[in-house]
Amino acid sequence: MKHMPAPSRTAAALTPLLQADSVTLQYKTRDHLVTATSDVSFDIYPADRFVLLGPSGCGKSTLLKAIAGFIRPVRGTIRLKGQQITRPGPDRMMVFQEFDQLMPWKTVRQNVAFPLRCNGVGTSEADARALDVLGKVNLAKFSDAYPHMLSGGMKQRVAIARAMGMRPDILLMDEPYAALDALTRRKMQQELLELWDDIRFTVVFVTHSIEEAVLIGNRILVLSPHPGQVKAELNAHHFDASHQGGAEFQTLCGRIHHMLFDDGQPAH
Amino acid sequence: MSQSAVPQSAVSQSAVKLQPVVRPEYVNATLPPVVTGQVEAPLPLVQRLFAHTLVRRLLILAVLAVVWEIYARWLDNPLMFPSFSETLGALWDNTVNGVIPQRLGVSLRVLVMGYAIGIGIAAIFTTLAVSTRFGTDLLSTLTAMFNPMPAIALLPLALLWFGLGVPSLVFVIVHSVLWAVALNAHSGFLAVSDTQRMAGQTFGLSGLRFVALILIPAAFPAILSGLKIGWAFAWRTLIAAELVFGVSAGQGGLGWFIFENRNLLETAGVFAGLMTVMLVGLFVEGVIFQTIERYTVRRWGMQR
Repeated sequence: MKHMPAPSRTAAALTPLLQADSVTLQYKTRDHLVTATSDVSFDIYPADRFVLLGPSGCGKSTLLKAIAGFIRPVRGTIRLKGQQITRPGPDRMMVFQEFDQLMPWKTVRQNVAFPLRCNGVGTSEADARALDVLGKVNLAKFSDAYPHMLSGGMKQRVAIARAMGMRPDILLMDEPYAALDALTRRKMQQELLELWDDIRFTVVFVTHSIEEAVLIGNRILVLSPHPGQVKAELNAHHFDASHQGGAEFQTLCGRIHHMLFDDGQPAH
Repeated sequence: MSQSAVPQSAVSQSAVKLQPVVRPEYVNATLPPVVTGQVEAPLPLVQRLFAHTLVRRLLILAVLAVVWEIYARWLDNPLMFPSFSETLGALWDNTVNGVIPQRLGVSLRVLVMGYAIGIGIAAIFTTLAVSTRFGTDLLSTLTAMFNPMPAIALLPLALLWFGLGVPSLVFVIVHSVLWAVALNAHSGFLAVSDTQRMAGQTFGLSGLRFVALILIPAAFPAILSGLKIGWAFAWRTLIAAELVFGVSAGQGGLGWFIFENRNLLETAGVFAGLMTVMLVGLFVEGVIFQTIERYTVRRWGMQR
């Protein structure tokens, strides 16, 4: 891992934080029972930037919702620190793609402090922690603004701050930058990596962009579509923004591209 | 390249294709300071005044009052159509001698009672409707049946059940408020996005806390518009019901005041009563609800 010398790895870092064991997920539409993922297994270790990558219809978002506890697996188990996940909880905070995940009736600071207040943190402490984490995403001076006054990128930063403020065991991000313009997205990716460098949280990141996966992730789970099955689990820890566009970077992107599109029908 | 008026696609495609002109590149190493336009100049006073909604509305009211006054004077028949000044006079006299304030007080007390009970029942129905599918069907069926029914049509039945008096009035007001509020609140709850629901659940909220802290504020614009519609229904139903009876209930309300004045052929008094009905409407809509909106949905950017 970048910046992390080998001797500092403790035994705790070698036991998985989250274990998905042959997870099969299904959901009902009006007339069909759709199998979203079939027999998916993976382990996530502390400080991982674990990316779920695949074309639309590979069940990656459904998988993330199952980790969050919104969906129960039909078969298989998902365990966080050995405990099976049964329902949503503040130990797995989620950042969504949609900008309306912030509560419009609360200011930026109240939005960040709200989940803390819900979980028994006192007013002044919640406020202080909210301001602190807003500072980390460079939004401290917007703390008294209402969400509708912010741009899309700023709203996503607030959502990230809100999730980080809870100090969750694992941060779940569901295509958080998909609705942003390309320039803002690039900046946000960079900021996320800097934030990770600073705090070393564990994040599961869903995306359908190969480049984003290689840039953000240290480990990439490549899923095939209809239903989602594990195609490969790849390492990408040796890349950061400075490698973007480099030959090695492009090789890995090309490899993933072949996996996703050359056998089986291309999605999208 | 030569674009003739007649489209000759086959010819123009095989002819010279239009090419963009290649121009030299340039890079501005240092950007010049931005030249700001004119220093902002204040608009003329008239334009600034007309920017205020209140000013424009007052102007319209003034014009209407003048037209009314001129027409009434030309007609010269105070029994059928009193002038604006006569109406104002009647309004003033009846306010000073305490009749209108007392009647208004009676009406408002009944109104608030019916409004509160209606909202309470609407809350129960909405809770049922959002928590169970049976409740949803119950609410939609009842709303479809009763919402189109004019509340005043239930008055004969109400008189039969509750007799002449406040309970009958409250009954018809509850009917007029209940369905509008329940319907709006329910559709407001349904419109709360999945993202907001899921976000609330990841904070560990469930049950009543989830409803109170997430669903109600998220559905507040719809709830508020339900309350506004409910208020307007309630007020007009009350005045209409009071026209039918009032004194028998011990004290009459504003509707009864209008009816009394008609019987006495005090047409200016009738107009004064109607004007009071309108003024109350303007106050509730323009002051109370506007203030609530300014501090909630508009501040939150949920409504413009």
